[in-house]
Amino acid sequence: MNTKRRSFIKNSAAAGAFGVAVSAGLITPRAVMAAWPKAAFAATDVDAAITGAFGSSATTESADIALKAPEIAENGAVVPITVTSKIAGTESISLLISKNPTPLTATFKMGEGAEGFVSTRVKMSKTSDLVVVVKANGKLYSAKKEVKVTIGGCGG
Amino acid sequence: MAKSIKVRAKVKGGTTVVKALISHAMETGLRKNKKTGKKFPAHFIQEVTCSHNGKDVLTADWGTAISKNPYLSFKFKGAKSGDTLKMSWVDNKGESDSVEAKIK
Repeated sequence: MNTKRRSFIKNSAAAGAFGVAVSAGLITPRAVMAAWPKAAFAATDVDAAITGAFGSSATTESADIALKAPEIAENGAVVPITVTSKIAGTESISLLISKNPTPLTATFKMGEGAEGFVSTRVKMSKTSDLVVVVKANGKLYSAKKEVKVTIGGCGG
Repeated sequence: MAKSIKVRAKVKGGTTVVKALISHAMETGLRKNKKTGKKFPAHFIQEVTCSHNGKDVLTADWGTAISKNPYLSFKFKGAKSGDTLKMSWVDNKGESDSVEAKIK
């Protein structure tokens, strides 16, 4: 009960901040953008972001999700990530970075014939867990990996 | 903003591998201008769509944490050599671009 109230407050605060940005003319809304889950992308913690994107933050850890990311990323601005989901009927793959200001990074929705594979490059503000949430057959599965970010670029 | 997308698609054993590079600033809205102390306004791609024969094979919702000049790769089944693949993006300022590529 109490936790729900927390996330509700957080969500509404985030939505409020977004609203201010819109009225200040920083972000131009467009009809096309209706599908873009702005509450989920504005959420500041992992659970709230997952709830915003999927309506629930209950995920099952799965060994069928292969997450390829560097152990140590020298440059936090460009961290290559590859996700392969062997779960049959993978509908979407979401990337979250737990210590970024807004954890939700991307959601890839698989269309017809698409395999559970996606590769991209992300920004990470500091050393943190990379969380992947895969939606398959109406259920949520997750996998985690810690990526160390070397700040200063000394190549440690 | 023409030609901001470079895309390659290749069929191998029934699976098409798509690799794309988009040139975009991907400004988070958190970076500060050192001279003025003001923040650069956010400017990032929100939606990427990729379709084959009029069917969407991948739609991606992106946040600000995708790197500058984004790279994206994915695989799908059901395409053959010579087919056309269409990729497009829309950012938070309403700018957009699309490109068509032949699958090799």
